[in-house]
Amino acid sequence: MGKIIMTVDDSASVRQMVSFTLKQNGYDVVEAVDGKDGLQKLSSSKVDMIITDLNMPNLDGIGLIKGARALPACKFIPIVMLTTESQDSKKAEGKAAGATGWIVKPFKPEQLITVVKKVLG
Amino acid sequence: MIDAHRQAFKEEAYELVAELETSLLALEEVPDDKETIGRVFRAMHTIKGSGAMFGFEDIAAFTHEVETVFDLVRNDKIPVTKQLINLTLSARDQIKAMLDSSDSGSPVDDSAAAALILELKKLLPQTGEDDFTPVSATKAPFQPQGNLLTYRIRFKPAPDIFMSGTDPLKLIAELSDLGACRPIAQLSGIPVLEEFQPESCYVHWDIILTTARGKDAIEDVFIFVADDCEVVCDVIDDGSIETEGDYKKLGEILVERGDISREDMDKVLSMQKRFGELAVATGLAKPDDVQSALVEQQCVKEVRQERQVQQADSGTSIRVPADKLDALVNLVGELVTVQARLSQTAMSKRDAELVNIAEEVERLSAELRDNALNIRMLPIGTTFSKFKRLVRDLSNELGKEIEMTTEGAETELDKTVIERLNDPLVHLIRNSIDHGIESPAERISAGKPSQGTVHLAAVHSGDSVLISITDDGAGLDRDAIRAKAVEKGLIQATAELSDKEIYAQIFAPGFSTAKQITSVSGRGVGMDVVKRAIDALRGTIDINSTRGVGTTITVKIPLTLAIIESLLVKIGADCFVLPLSLVNECVELTREQVEDSHGRNLANVRGHLIPYVPLREQFGITGTPPAIQQIVITEVNGLRVGFVVDNVIGEHQTVIKSLGRAYKNVEGVSGATILGDGSVALILDIPHLMRGAEMSERA
Repeated sequence: MGKIIMTVDDSASVRQMVSFTLKQNGYDVVEAVDGKDGLQKLSSSKVDMIITDLNMPNLDGIGLIKGARALPACKFIPIVMLTTESQDSKKAEGKAAGATGWIVKPFKPEQLITVVKKVLG
Repeated sequence: MIDAHRQAFKEEAYELVAELETSLLALEEVPDDKETIGRVFRAMHTIKGSGAMFGFEDIAAFTHEVETVFDLVRNDKIPVTKQLINLTLSARDQIKAMLDSSDSGSPVDDSAAAALILELKKLLPQTGEDDFTPVSATKAPFQPQGNLLTYRIRFKPAPDIFMSGTDPLKLIAELSDLGACRPIAQLSGIPVLEEFQPESCYVHWDIILTTARGKDAIEDVFIFVADDCEVVCDVIDDGSIETEGDYKKLGEILVERGDISREDMDKVLSMQKRFGELAVATGLAKPDDVQSALVEQQCVKEVRQERQVQQADSGTSIRVPADKLDALVNLVGELVTVQARLSQTAMSKRDAELVNIAEEVERLSAELRDNALNIRMLPIGTTFSKFKRLVRDLSNELGKEIEMTTEGAETELDKTVIERLNDPLVHLIRNSIDHGIESPAERISAGKPSQGTVHLAAVHSGDSVLISITDDGAGLDRDAIRAKAVEKGLIQATAELSDKEIYAQIFAPGFSTAKQITSVSGRGVGMDVVKRAIDALRGTIDINSTRGVGTTITVKIPLTLAIIESLLVKIGADCFVLPLSLVNECVELTREQVEDSHGRNLANVRGHLIPYVPLREQFGITGTPPAIQQIVITEVNGLRVGFVVDNVIGEHQTVIKSLGRAYKNVEGVSGATILGDGSVALILDIPHLMRGAEMSERA
C-alpha cells in the first residue's frame, strides 16, 4: 500500500508537478485547491502527509495547518509547507501552527522527494 | 512529460497575468483594499514560484523583484500610489511579453525589464536593501572527505515535538544513514506515571556518529527541528592518524559536555576511586549521563583502534596459500581435542597443579582457535560484486529494470563457507529477478516505480551470519503454492498451515509454480538444491513475503564449519552431539507421558504439541531407556521437533571430522567428533532427521 499524500496549492501547475513527482515515486496523491478544500477532504479521507502552499485564497496554509492539527487523524502526521525565501516570518508562523518542515520554492522534483522521504521515513 | 508541465504552467500563467491586470485596475479604484493587494501578491507569487520550477527562470527572477515591492505594500511598509500601479502594470506587460517570447523564440527586450526593476527599486525604503540569497532546505549536503570524523550530538527534542508531526526516531535513523551511529537514549527526564503526558517527548539522546560527511550533513538532518530542539554537535575525533594515546578520561567528557563542572570533577577525583561510580554515588552526575559518556569513550577508542589496524594492514599483509591455513586449522582442531582430554584427565586425577596447567592450556587453545579461524575469514563483499553483474545481465535478458543494492559487504565469513554459498545465492537472486520482480509495465500499473530493487545484505548475528535477499516484487502467491503442493501430494488439501509452512513448500523437489518455463528458472530444480546446499552448511532458510510488496529470503549460516558449539547427549553407551545453534530447549519425558500419548510421538510443552523422534529406536540402540528421558527440542525453519535421548551431558566444543568415504552417505549423521576420553561421538544431521520424521508421519 502506497502512502497517501495530500498536496494543497491554488496553482494547478504546482499541484500537477508535485502530484506527478510523488506518483512517480510510488505515493498516492490527493489534490486540494486551497485550505478550505483541503480541510474538507481531510475530514473524509485518511492521508499520511500534507504538502501545502502558504498563500492561498479562502483559507491559507497556516489556517489549513491549524485546522488539520485539530483533527485527531492528522494530529501527528508530517505537514510540509511550501514557502519562498522572502517569507521567513511565515515560516516561523507555520512552525508555530504545527508544520513539520518546509520546502523553499522554487524546488526541483528531487528536492521534494528528499524532504518527503525525510519526514515520512 | 516536461513539455506537458510547461504547457500547463503557461496556460495558468496567462490566466494569472490577466488576473493581475484586473486586480491592479481594481486597486487603482480602491487603493487600500487589503483583499485586492493580497490577490495581486498571490498572482505574482505563483508566477514566480512555479516559473522557476518549470524552467522559466527569467520570468521568475523578474517577478521576484516586483513581488518584493508588493510584499512591502502588503505589510503597509509603502503606500499604493499611482506610480506604483503604473509600474506594476508595465511589469505585468513585461511578464506577458516574456511568456509570449518563450513560444515564438523571439528575444524580449531585456533593457526594458532592467529599467522597470530600477524604477521599482526606487520605491523601496532606503533602509531595506534586501539581499536575498536563496536558501534551499535540501541543498546537496555531500562533502566527501578523506577522514572519518566522530561527532558527539546531543539531541534534546522539544517536549511537544510530536505535535509538529516529527518523529525523533526517524531523525536518528537518518543519522545512521550517514555512518556508524550509536544513539544512547537518556531516560532520566521521564516523570512518574501520574505526571506522564503520553503525547510529550521526555527522552533525549546522546548520539556518537562516525561519518565521512561534514557537519553540514548532520545539521541538514535536524534542519526542521533546529529552532525548537536543542541540538549540539561537536567533533570528538578528527580522524587524524597522529592522535596518540587514549581518549579523554570520563570526567573530562562530562565536563566538556557541561553535565558537571570542573570543580565537581576535581572534587570527585580527589577521592581516588572509579570516577563514574563516584560521580553517580555523590549525585553530581546522572547515571544516564555517565553511561552515555562511557559509550562515547568506547566509540572513539574503537574508531582509533580500527584506524591503526588499517594503517598496519597496508604495510604488513602477506599472501599465504589457502591449504596452509587449512592445515593450521586442522592442527588447532586436534589441539582442542587433546586439550579436552587433558582437562578431563586433570579433573579425574584431582591434582591441583595439573588442573592449573590444564586450565591454562584450555584458555590458550581457545584463543589460538579463535585466531586461527579468524585468519580464514574473508569479507563476503567479493561475491557481492559478482552478483551485481549477474543482476545486470539477467535483467537485460528478461527486459526488466532492476537495481541491486548491497549492505554489509565487509561482513566476514569462513572462506570455505563463502565458496559454497555462491551457488545457492545465485539461485535465490535469479528467483527474485525472474519470479519476484514484475515487468516495468506491471509495476507501473501496480503503482510502484518501474525500476525494481534487489537488496542483498549480510550481517553478523551471534555465531552466525544472516544473509538476506529482499526484492520489492510481487511477493509469493500463497494460494498458488498451496494448490501446487496439494497437487504434488506434498500436503493434505485440508491441512491448516501457517504462511511460513506453505512458503517452505517451495523447497520441495520438483516444485515450481511458474506458468511458463524461462531460460532463467521455472523448472523447479533449484530451490530444493538451494535448501540442500544450505543444510550442508548447517544453515537455515527463512522466507517472509507480502503479496504485492515483496519477498525477503534470509539465509542463516554459521560462521565457520571447522569447530562448532554443540550439545553433547548420551543414548545407552553412545554419545551424540547436536549443533547448539539449532537447539531450543530441553524438557523431561517421563514414562507416564509416553503412555498418555497413546503411541503418538507428541509431547505437550507448555500447551504446544511438539512431535518428537525417539533416537533410541531410530538408531536401533538396544537396552531399556531410563525412567525419565530428555527431549532436546530443536528448531529449523520455524519448525520445532524434539529428539529423545537418555541424558543431556552439556555444551561441548566440537571439532568436526568428516566421516570418510565409506560412511559419507549415512543418513541422519553429518560428521563426527572426538571426545575428551578419546571416544567418537556422531554429529546429528538435524534437518535431515526432521524431514525423515515428517515423511514417516505422513506415510
